[in-house]
Amino acid sequence: MTTRYTKDHEWIRIDGDVAVVGITAYAAEQLGDVVFVELPQIGKTLSQGDEMAVVESVKAASEVYAPASGEIVAVNDALEGTPAMVNEAPDGEGWFVKMKLSDPAQLEAMMDEAAYKVHTS
Amino acid sequence: MADEASLLKTPLYDLHVELGARMVPFAGYAMPVQYEGVMAEHNHTRAAAGLFDVSHMGQARVSGDEAAFEALITADLGALGAGEQKYTLLINDEGGIMDDLMISRPDDGDLFMVVNAACKDSDFAHMRARFGSRAQLHELGDRALLALQGPQAGAVMADLCPDAAKLVFMQAGAFSLAGFDVLISRSGYTGEDGFEISVRASVADALARRLLSDERVKPIGLGARDSLRLEAGLCLYGHDMDETITPVEASLAWALAKARRERADFPGAARILAQLAAVPQKKRVGILPQDRAPAREGAEIVVDGQTVGVVTSGGFGPTVNAPVAMGYVRADLASPGQRVELMVRGKARPAEIARLPFAPHRFHRG
Repeated sequence: MTTRYTKDHEWIRIDGDVAVVGITAYAAEQLGDVVFVELPQIGKTLSQGDEMAVVESVKAASEVYAPASGEIVAVNDALEGTPAMVNEAPDGEGWFVKMKLSDPAQLEAMMDEAAYKVHTS
Repeated sequence: MADEASLLKTPLYDLHVELGARMVPFAGYAMPVQYEGVMAEHNHTRAAAGLFDVSHMGQARVSGDEAAFEALITADLGALGAGEQKYTLLINDEGGIMDDLMISRPDDGDLFMVVNAACKDSDFAHMRARFGSRAQLHELGDRALLALQGPQAGAVMADLCPDAAKLVFMQAGAFSLAGFDVLISRSGYTGEDGFEISVRASVADALARRLLSDERVKPIGLGARDSLRLEAGLCLYGHDMDETITPVEASLAWALAKARRERADFPGAARILAQLAAVPQKKRVGILPQDRAPAREGAEIVVDGQTVGVVTSGGFGPTVNAPVAMGYVRADLASPGQRVELMVRGKARPAEIARLPFAPHRFHRG
Protein backbone atom coordinates (compact mmCIF):
# COMPACT_ATOMS: atom_id res chain seq x y z
CA MET A 1 0.00 0.00 0.00
CA THR A 2 1.33 3.38 -1.02
CA THR A 3 0.75 6.41 1.20
CA ARG A 4 1.24 9.89 -0.18
CA TYR A 5 1.06 13.29 1.52
CA THR A 6 -0.02 16.80 0.52
CA LYS A 7 1.55 20.04 1.66
CA ASP A 8 -1.81 20.79 3.36
CA HIS A 9 -1.26 17.75 5.60
CA GLU A 10 -3.70 15.24 4.15
CA TRP A 11 -2.62 11.64 3.59
CA ILE A 12 -3.97 9.34 0.89
CA ARG A 13 -3.44 5.59 0.78
CA ILE A 14 -4.33 3.32 -2.13
CA ASP A 15 -6.15 0.25 -0.87
CA GLY A 16 -7.30 -1.94 -3.76
CA ASP A 17 -9.37 0.15 -6.14
CA VAL A 18 -10.17 2.87 -3.62
CA ALA A 19 -8.05 5.42 -1.77
CA VAL A 20 -8.44 6.16 1.93
CA VAL A 21 -7.94 9.79 2.99
CA GLY A 22 -7.24 11.38 6.36
CA ILE A 23 -5.21 14.13 8.00
CA THR A 24 -1.70 13.57 9.26
CA ALA A 25 -0.60 13.22 12.88
CA TYR A 26 1.22 16.53 12.44
CA ALA A 27 -2.03 18.25 11.39
CA ALA A 28 -4.00 16.63 14.22
CA GLU A 29 -1.40 17.79 16.73
CA GLN A 30 -1.51 21.33 15.33
CA LEU A 31 -5.32 21.44 15.47
CA GLY A 32 -5.56 20.18 19.03
CA ASP A 33 -8.65 18.48 20.40
CA VAL A 34 -10.99 17.70 17.51
CA VAL A 35 -14.64 18.13 18.54
CA PHE A 36 -16.50 17.84 15.22
CA VAL A 37 -15.85 16.68 11.68
CA GLU A 38 -18.11 17.61 8.79
CA LEU A 39 -17.79 14.97 6.07
CA PRO A 40 -18.96 15.13 2.45
CA GLN A 41 -21.94 13.22 1.04
CA ILE A 42 -21.29 9.80 -0.46
CA GLY A 43 -21.43 10.10 -4.23
CA LYS A 44 -19.97 13.60 -4.31
CA THR A 45 -17.36 14.17 -6.99
CA LEU A 46 -14.39 16.32 -6.11
CA SER A 47 -11.46 17.72 -8.02
CA GLN A 48 -8.00 17.74 -6.53
CA GLY A 49 -7.76 20.70 -4.08
CA ASP A 50 -11.52 21.06 -3.60
CA GLU A 51 -12.78 21.54 -0.07
CA MET A 52 -13.64 18.03 1.10
CA ALA A 53 -14.33 18.21 4.84
CA VAL A 54 -14.13 20.57 7.80
CA VAL A 55 -12.50 19.68 11.07
CA GLU A 56 -13.36 21.70 14.16
CA SER A 57 -11.17 21.95 17.24
CA VAL A 58 -12.13 23.80 20.43
CA LYS A 59 -10.42 26.85 18.94
CA ALA A 60 -11.26 26.94 15.25
CA ALA A 61 -12.59 25.34 12.09
CA SER A 62 -10.14 24.16 9.43
CA GLU A 63 -10.75 22.95 5.88
CA VAL A 64 -9.54 19.62 4.60
CA TYR A 65 -8.93 19.44 0.84
CA ALA A 66 -9.32 16.55 -1.58
CA PRO A 67 -5.76 15.30 -2.17
CA ALA A 68 -6.80 13.88 -5.54
CA SER A 69 -9.78 13.94 -7.91
CA GLY A 70 -12.49 11.33 -7.59
CA GLU A 71 -15.81 10.27 -6.12
CA ILE A 72 -16.56 9.84 -2.41
CA VAL A 73 -17.56 6.20 -1.93
CA ALA A 74 -17.51 6.01 1.89
CA VAL A 75 -17.19 8.31 4.91
CA ASN A 76 -16.07 7.46 8.44
CA ASP A 77 -19.38 7.71 10.33
CA ALA A 78 -17.60 6.81 13.59
CA LEU A 79 -16.15 10.34 13.68
CA GLU A 80 -19.63 11.71 14.37
CA GLY A 81 -19.72 10.10 17.82
CA THR A 82 -15.99 10.08 18.52
CA PRO A 83 -14.31 12.98 16.71
CA ALA A 84 -11.37 12.60 19.14
CA MET A 85 -10.39 9.55 17.05
CA VAL A 86 -8.76 12.05 14.69
CA ASN A 87 -6.30 12.90 17.49
CA GLU A 88 -5.92 9.36 18.77
CA ALA A 89 -5.39 7.55 15.47
CA PRO A 90 -5.03 10.06 12.63
CA ASP A 91 -3.32 7.52 10.37
CA GLY A 92 -5.78 4.72 11.07
CA GLU A 93 -9.22 4.69 12.68
CA GLY A 94 -9.41 8.46 12.36
CA TRP A 95 -9.65 8.29 8.54
CA PHE A 96 -12.10 10.69 6.85
CA VAL A 97 -13.29 9.32 3.48
CA LYS A 98 -12.73 6.68 0.84
CA MET A 99 -12.51 7.84 -2.77
CA LYS A 100 -12.62 6.21 -6.16
CA LEU A 101 -9.88 8.10 -7.95
CA SER A 102 -10.45 9.42 -11.46
CA ASP A 103 -6.74 10.06 -12.04
CA PRO A 104 -4.53 7.87 -9.83
CA ALA A 105 -1.46 9.33 -11.57
CA GLN A 106 -2.01 12.49 -9.48
CA LEU A 107 -0.41 10.63 -6.58
CA GLU A 108 2.91 10.41 -8.37
CA ALA A 109 3.55 14.11 -7.86
CA MET A 110 2.83 13.96 -4.12
CA MET A 111 5.27 13.55 -1.25
CA ASP A 112 6.21 10.18 0.13
CA GLU A 113 6.71 9.74 3.87
CA ALA A 114 10.35 10.80 3.81
CA ALA A 115 9.57 13.96 1.84
CA TYR A 116 6.63 14.80 4.10
CA LYS A 117 8.86 14.45 7.16
CA VAL A 118 11.20 17.02 5.64
CA HIS A 119 8.18 19.25 4.81
CA THR A 120 7.06 19.32 8.46
CA SER A 121 10.47 19.53 10.12
CA MET B 1 -1.01 40.96 11.42
CA ALA B 2 2.18 42.05 13.09
CA ASP B 3 5.23 40.02 12.18
CA GLU B 4 6.79 38.04 14.97
CA ALA B 5 9.74 40.33 15.60
CA SER B 6 7.54 43.35 16.26
CA LEU B 7 5.39 41.60 18.86
CA LEU B 8 5.64 42.76 22.44
CA LYS B 9 6.58 40.24 25.11
CA THR B 10 5.14 40.01 28.59
CA PRO B 11 7.53 39.52 31.54
CA LEU B 12 6.59 35.81 31.45
CA TYR B 13 7.56 35.24 27.80
CA ASP B 14 10.63 33.14 28.59
CA LEU B 15 8.65 31.05 31.07
CA HIS B 16 5.95 30.34 28.46
CA VAL B 17 8.54 29.18 25.96
CA GLU B 18 10.27 27.07 28.61
CA LEU B 19 6.92 25.45 29.48
CA GLY B 20 6.43 24.48 25.83
CA ALA B 21 3.65 26.94 25.04
CA ARG B 22 2.53 27.54 21.48
CA MET B 23 2.91 31.31 21.11
CA VAL B 24 0.54 33.36 18.94
CA PRO B 25 0.09 37.07 18.25
CA PHE B 26 -2.72 38.62 20.32
CA ALA B 27 -3.37 42.35 20.69
CA GLY B 28 0.21 43.07 19.62
CA TYR B 29 1.75 40.61 22.11
CA ALA B 30 3.25 37.16 21.71
CA MET B 31 0.94 35.17 23.99
CA PRO B 32 0.64 31.47 24.90
CA VAL B 33 -2.46 30.00 23.23
CA GLN B 34 -1.93 26.59 24.80
CA TYR B 35 0.56 24.42 26.68
CA GLU B 36 -0.62 20.80 26.87
CA GLY B 37 -3.91 21.42 25.02
CA VAL B 38 -7.01 23.59 25.26
CA MET B 39 -9.34 20.84 26.45
CA ALA B 40 -7.01 19.60 29.22
CA GLU B 41 -6.27 23.16 30.36
CA HIS B 42 -9.95 24.11 30.39
CA ASN B 43 -10.83 21.02 32.44
CA HIS B 44 -7.93 21.54 34.84
CA THR B 45 -9.11 25.10 35.56
CA ARG B 46 -12.64 23.88 36.33
CA ALA B 47 -11.30 21.03 38.51
CA ALA B 48 -8.26 22.53 40.30
CA ALA B 49 -6.47 25.80 39.56
CA GLY B 50 -5.02 27.45 36.47
CA LEU B 51 -2.46 30.24 36.15
CA PHE B 52 -3.02 32.71 33.32
CA ASP B 53 -0.64 35.41 32.11
CA VAL B 54 -2.81 38.46 31.46
CA SER B 55 0.05 40.95 31.56
CA HIS B 56 -0.96 42.24 28.12
CA MET B 57 -3.93 43.94 29.75
CA GLY B 58 -3.64 47.62 30.65
CA GLN B 59 -3.12 48.62 34.28
CA ALA B 60 -3.35 52.21 35.50
CA ARG B 61 -3.95 54.39 38.52
CA VAL B 62 -6.17 57.45 38.52
CA SER B 63 -5.67 60.32 40.95
CA GLY B 64 -7.24 63.73 41.28
CA ASP B 65 -10.91 64.57 40.87
CA GLU B 66 -12.73 61.25 40.64
CA ALA B 67 -15.76 62.97 39.13
CA ALA B 68 -13.72 63.40 35.95
CA PHE B 69 -13.31 59.63 35.76
CA GLU B 70 -16.85 58.81 36.83
CA ALA B 71 -18.21 60.94 33.99
CA LEU B 72 -16.78 58.45 31.47
CA ILE B 73 -17.98 55.19 33.06
CA THR B 74 -21.14 53.65 34.51
CA ALA B 75 -19.97 52.95 38.07
CA ASP B 76 -20.84 54.89 41.23
CA LEU B 77 -17.36 55.74 42.50
CA GLY B 78 -18.80 57.34 45.62
CA ALA B 79 -20.09 53.91 46.58
CA LEU B 80 -16.77 52.18 45.84
CA GLY B 81 -15.30 51.69 49.30
CA ALA B 82 -11.73 50.86 50.29
CA GLY B 83 -10.95 47.26 49.38
CA GLU B 84 -13.79 47.02 46.88
CA GLN B 85 -13.79 46.30 43.15
CA LYS B 86 -16.42 46.90 40.47
CA TYR B 87 -16.90 45.80 36.88
CA THR B 88 -17.76 48.85 34.81
CA LEU B 89 -18.04 50.13 31.25
CA LEU B 90 -16.27 52.96 29.44
CA ILE B 91 -18.97 54.58 27.31
CA ASN B 92 -18.76 56.93 24.33
CA ASP B 93 -21.03 59.92 23.82
CA GLU B 94 -23.43 57.82 21.72
CA GLY B 95 -23.83 55.26 24.51
CA GLY B 96 -21.63 52.66 22.83
CA ILE B 97 -19.20 50.50 24.80
CA MET B 98 -15.57 51.59 24.34
CA ASP B 99 -14.31 48.93 26.77
CA ASP B 100 -15.16 46.97 29.87
CA LEU B 101 -12.88 47.31 32.85
CA MET B 102 -12.29 46.45 36.49
CA ILE B 103 -11.86 49.33 38.91
CA SER B 104 -10.88 49.09 42.56
CA ARG B 105 -9.50 50.78 45.66
CA PRO B 106 -6.97 48.16 46.71
CA ASP B 107 -4.96 50.30 49.14
CA ASP B 108 -4.65 53.82 50.57
CA GLY B 109 -3.66 55.10 47.15
CA ASP B 110 -5.53 56.00 44.02
CA LEU B 111 -8.12 54.11 42.03
CA PHE B 112 -6.66 51.11 40.21
CA MET B 113 -8.02 49.84 36.92
CA VAL B 114 -7.46 46.97 34.51
CA VAL B 115 -8.57 47.39 30.88
CA ASN B 116 -8.47 45.20 27.78
CA ALA B 117 -5.15 44.84 25.97
CA ALA B 118 -6.51 45.74 22.55
CA CYS B 119 -8.21 48.87 23.92
CA LYS B 120 -5.64 50.17 26.38
CA ASP B 121 -3.97 52.78 24.18
CA SER B 122 -7.27 54.24 22.97
CA ASP B 123 -8.84 54.00 26.46
CA PHE B 124 -5.99 55.84 28.13
CA ALA B 125 -5.84 58.49 25.39
CA HIS B 126 -9.59 59.07 25.72
CA MET B 127 -9.37 59.29 29.51
CA ARG B 128 -6.43 61.71 29.46
CA ALA B 129 -8.17 63.91 26.90
CA ARG B 130 -11.38 64.04 28.94
CA PHE B 131 -9.64 64.41 32.31
CA GLY B 132 -7.80 67.52 31.19
CA SER B 133 -6.09 68.83 34.32
CA ARG B 134 -8.79 67.60 36.71
CA ALA B 135 -7.47 64.06 37.10
CA GLN B 136 -4.23 62.22 36.28
CA LEU B 137 -3.80 58.83 34.71
CA HIS B 138 -0.63 56.87 35.56
CA GLU B 139 -0.14 53.91 33.29
CA LEU B 140 1.53 51.01 35.11
CA GLY B 141 3.53 49.62 32.20
CA ASP B 142 6.04 48.10 34.62
CA ARG B 143 3.55 45.67 36.16
CA ALA B 144 2.56 42.15 35.16
CA LEU B 145 -0.87 40.63 35.83
CA LEU B 146 -1.45 36.99 36.71
CA ALA B 147 -4.82 35.30 37.16
CA LEU B 148 -5.14 32.27 39.42
CA GLN B 149 -8.49 30.66 38.71
CA GLY B 150 -10.35 27.53 39.75
CA PRO B 151 -12.02 25.83 42.71
CA GLN B 152 -8.65 25.22 44.41
CA ALA B 153 -7.36 28.78 43.88
CA GLY B 154 -8.53 29.74 47.38
CA ALA B 155 -6.64 26.87 49.02
CA VAL B 156 -3.51 27.65 47.00
CA MET B 157 -3.73 31.29 48.07
CA ALA B 158 -4.36 30.34 51.71
CA ASP B 159 -1.00 28.52 51.78
CA LEU B 160 0.89 31.53 50.40
CA CYS B 161 -1.04 34.52 51.69
CA PRO B 162 -3.76 33.70 54.25
CA ASP B 163 -4.94 37.32 54.38
CA ALA B 164 -5.65 37.46 50.64
CA ALA B 165 -7.51 34.16 50.90
CA LYS B 166 -10.00 35.96 53.17
CA LEU B 167 -11.09 38.29 50.36
CA VAL B 168 -14.51 37.57 48.90
CA PHE B 169 -15.63 38.05 45.30
CA MET B 170 -14.96 41.62 44.08
CA GLN B 171 -12.79 42.64 47.01
CA ALA B 172 -9.22 43.83 46.51
CA GLY B 173 -6.19 44.72 48.56
CA ALA B 174 -2.42 45.12 48.81
CA PHE B 175 -0.62 42.08 50.20
CA SER B 176 2.69 40.37 50.58
CA LEU B 177 2.33 37.12 48.64
CA ALA B 178 5.18 34.71 49.32
CA GLY B 179 7.36 37.76 49.92
CA PHE B 180 6.25 39.67 46.82
CA ASP B 181 4.42 43.01 47.14
CA VAL B 182 1.26 42.63 45.09
CA LEU B 183 -2.24 43.95 44.53
CA ILE B 184 -4.79 41.14 44.65
CA SER B 185 -8.46 41.11 43.74
CA ARG B 186 -10.81 38.17 44.13
CA SER B 187 -12.10 38.09 40.58
CA GLY B 188 -11.34 36.75 37.15
CA TYR B 189 -12.88 35.89 33.82
CA THR B 190 -13.50 32.15 33.90
CA GLY B 191 -16.67 31.91 36.02
CA GLU B 192 -14.62 30.19 38.72
CA ASP B 193 -13.43 31.46 42.07
CA GLY B 194 -10.01 33.02 41.79
CA PHE B 195 -7.66 35.95 42.04
CA GLU B 196 -5.99 38.51 39.83
CA ILE B 197 -2.52 39.44 41.00
CA SER B 198 -0.74 42.61 39.90
CA VAL B 199 3.01 42.45 40.48
CA ARG B 200 6.13 44.35 39.44
CA ALA B 201 7.36 43.06 36.09
CA SER B 202 10.86 42.44 37.44
CA VAL B 203 9.61 39.74 39.86
CA ALA B 204 6.65 38.40 37.86
CA ASP B 205 8.62 35.39 36.58
CA ALA B 206 9.67 34.42 40.11
CA LEU B 207 6.12 34.76 41.42
CA ALA B 208 4.68 32.73 38.53
CA ARG B 209 7.23 29.95 39.18
CA ARG B 210 6.34 30.00 42.88
CA LEU B 211 2.62 29.60 42.06
CA LEU B 212 3.33 26.86 39.51
CA SER B 213 5.41 24.96 42.05
CA ASP B 214 2.12 24.07 43.74
CA GLU B 215 1.03 20.83 42.08
CA ARG B 216 -2.61 21.99 42.02
CA VAL B 217 -1.65 24.85 39.65
CA LYS B 218 -1.01 24.45 35.92
CA PRO B 219 -0.32 27.11 33.28
CA ILE B 220 -3.33 27.87 31.08
CA GLY B 221 -3.27 29.53 27.66
CA LEU B 222 -5.55 31.96 25.83
CA GLY B 223 -7.40 29.10 24.10
CA ALA B 224 -8.84 27.80 27.36
CA ARG B 225 -9.30 31.34 28.66
CA ASP B 226 -11.66 31.89 25.72
CA SER B 227 -13.64 28.64 26.16
CA LEU B 228 -13.88 29.24 29.93
CA ARG B 229 -15.19 32.80 29.58
CA LEU B 230 -17.62 31.76 26.84
CA GLU B 231 -19.10 29.02 29.03
CA ALA B 232 -19.30 31.61 31.83
CA GLY B 233 -21.32 33.89 29.50
CA LEU B 234 -18.74 36.69 29.73
CA CYS B 235 -18.22 39.12 26.86
CA LEU B 236 -15.03 39.41 24.86
CA TYR B 237 -14.52 43.01 23.80
CA GLY B 238 -14.37 43.49 20.03
CA HIS B 239 -16.47 40.38 19.54
CA ASP B 240 -19.49 40.38 21.88
CA MET B 241 -19.48 44.14 22.24
CA ASP B 242 -17.98 47.18 20.59
CA GLU B 243 -18.46 50.91 20.18
CA THR B 244 -21.76 50.46 18.34
CA ILE B 245 -23.37 48.37 21.10
CA THR B 246 -25.01 49.82 24.19
CA PRO B 247 -24.90 48.22 27.66
CA VAL B 248 -28.62 47.39 27.40
CA GLU B 249 -28.15 45.60 24.08
CA ALA B 250 -25.14 43.75 25.51
CA SER B 251 -27.29 42.52 28.44
CA LEU B 252 -24.96 44.42 30.75
CA ALA B 253 -27.55 46.80 32.23
CA TRP B 254 -26.53 45.46 35.66
CA ALA B 255 -23.26 47.37 35.22
CA LEU B 256 -25.20 50.67 35.18
CA ALA B 257 -25.03 51.75 38.84
CA LYS B 258 -28.40 52.64 40.37
CA ALA B 259 -27.23 56.12 41.44
CA ARG B 260 -25.93 56.80 37.95
CA ARG B 261 -29.24 55.78 36.37
CA GLU B 262 -31.07 58.09 38.74
CA ARG B 263 -28.72 60.94 37.95
CA ALA B 264 -28.73 60.04 34.24
CA ASP B 265 -25.22 61.46 34.07
CA PHE B 266 -23.19 58.88 32.13
CA PRO B 267 -22.36 59.31 28.42
CA GLY B 268 -25.22 58.37 26.12
CA ALA B 269 -27.60 58.28 29.11
CA ALA B 270 -30.62 59.46 27.13
CA ARG B 271 -30.34 56.66 24.58
CA ILE B 272 -29.42 53.99 27.12
CA LEU B 273 -32.16 54.89 29.60
CA ALA B 274 -34.73 54.97 26.79
CA GLN B 275 -33.68 51.42 25.83
CA LEU B 276 -34.01 50.37 29.48
CA ALA B 277 -37.52 51.78 29.73
CA ALA B 278 -38.69 50.17 26.50
CA VAL B 279 -37.03 47.30 24.66
CA PRO B 280 -33.81 47.57 22.63
CA GLN B 281 -33.91 46.34 19.04
CA LYS B 282 -31.45 43.57 19.69
CA LYS B 283 -30.08 41.72 22.71
CA ARG B 284 -27.11 39.55 23.55
CA VAL B 285 -28.17 35.98 24.30
CA GLY B 286 -26.74 32.52 24.87
CA ILE B 287 -27.26 30.01 22.08
CA LEU B 288 -27.07 26.22 22.32
CA PRO B 289 -26.63 24.41 19.00
CA GLN B 290 -28.76 21.27 19.04
CA ASP B 291 -26.26 19.14 17.14
CA ARG B 292 -22.49 18.73 17.45
CA ALA B 293 -21.37 21.36 14.95
CA PRO B 294 -19.87 24.48 16.60
CA ALA B 295 -21.14 27.79 15.19
CA ARG B 296 -18.38 30.37 15.10
CA GLU B 297 -18.33 34.16 15.20
CA GLY B 298 -20.15 35.55 12.17
CA ALA B 299 -22.65 32.70 11.74
CA GLU B 300 -26.09 34.11 10.91
CA ILE B 301 -29.04 33.39 13.18
CA VAL B 302 -32.18 32.60 11.20
CA VAL B 303 -35.88 32.18 12.06
CA ASP B 304 -38.38 31.20 9.35
CA GLY B 305 -35.81 31.87 6.65
CA GLN B 306 -35.16 35.42 7.88
CA THR B 307 -31.86 36.59 9.33
CA VAL B 308 -32.59 37.79 12.87
CA GLY B 309 -29.10 38.03 14.32
CA VAL B 310 -25.50 36.93 14.32
CA VAL B 311 -23.19 34.80 16.46
CA THR B 312 -20.45 36.90 18.09
CA SER B 313 -18.60 34.14 20.01
CA GLY B 314 -18.92 30.45 19.40
CA GLY B 315 -17.06 27.25 19.87
CA PHE B 316 -17.01 24.08 21.87
CA GLY B 317 -17.62 24.11 25.62
CA PRO B 318 -15.59 21.33 27.23
CA THR B 319 -17.51 21.53 30.55
CA VAL B 320 -20.88 21.60 28.79
CA ASN B 321 -19.46 18.91 26.47
CA ALA B 322 -21.29 20.49 23.55
CA PRO B 323 -21.01 23.48 21.25
CA VAL B 324 -21.94 26.82 22.86
CA ALA B 325 -22.33 30.32 21.43
CA MET B 326 -23.32 33.89 22.19
CA GLY B 327 -24.77 36.39 19.80
CA TYR B 328 -27.26 39.14 19.14
CA VAL B 329 -30.87 38.52 18.11
CA ARG B 330 -33.94 40.66 17.61
CA ALA B 331 -35.18 41.42 21.14
CA ASP B 332 -38.58 39.76 20.57
CA LEU B 333 -36.75 36.48 19.86
CA ALA B 334 -34.41 36.64 22.86
CA SER B 335 -36.32 34.41 25.29
CA PRO B 336 -34.69 31.16 26.44
CA GLY B 337 -36.15 28.19 24.59
CA GLN B 338 -36.73 30.18 21.38
CA ARG B 339 -35.85 27.91 18.46
CA VAL B 340 -33.53 29.34 15.83
CA GLU B 341 -31.27 28.07 13.09
CA LEU B 342 -27.58 28.83 12.71
CA MET B 343 -26.04 29.05 9.25
CA VAL B 344 -22.84 27.02 9.39
CA ARG B 345 -21.06 26.77 6.02
CA GLY B 346 -24.29 27.39 4.15
CA LYS B 347 -26.26 24.78 6.08
CA ALA B 348 -29.03 25.64 8.56
CA ARG B 349 -28.48 23.84 11.85
CA PRO B 350 -30.99 23.76 14.72
CA ALA B 351 -30.25 25.74 17.90
CA GLU B 352 -32.01 27.24 20.89
CA ILE B 353 -31.71 30.54 22.76
CA ALA B 354 -30.36 29.61 26.19
CA ARG B 355 -29.85 31.17 29.58
CA LEU B 356 -26.33 32.39 30.42
CA PRO B 357 -24.03 31.23 31.87
CA PHE B 358 -23.67 27.78 30.32
CA ALA B 359 -21.45 26.66 33.22
CA PRO B 360 -22.64 27.92 36.61
CA HIS B 361 -20.59 30.71 38.22
CA ARG B 362 -18.76 29.53 41.32
CA PHE B 363 -17.52 32.82 42.75
CA HIS B 364 -16.50 32.95 46.41
CA ARG B 365 -19.09 35.27 47.90
CA GLY B 366 -18.15 34.44 51.49
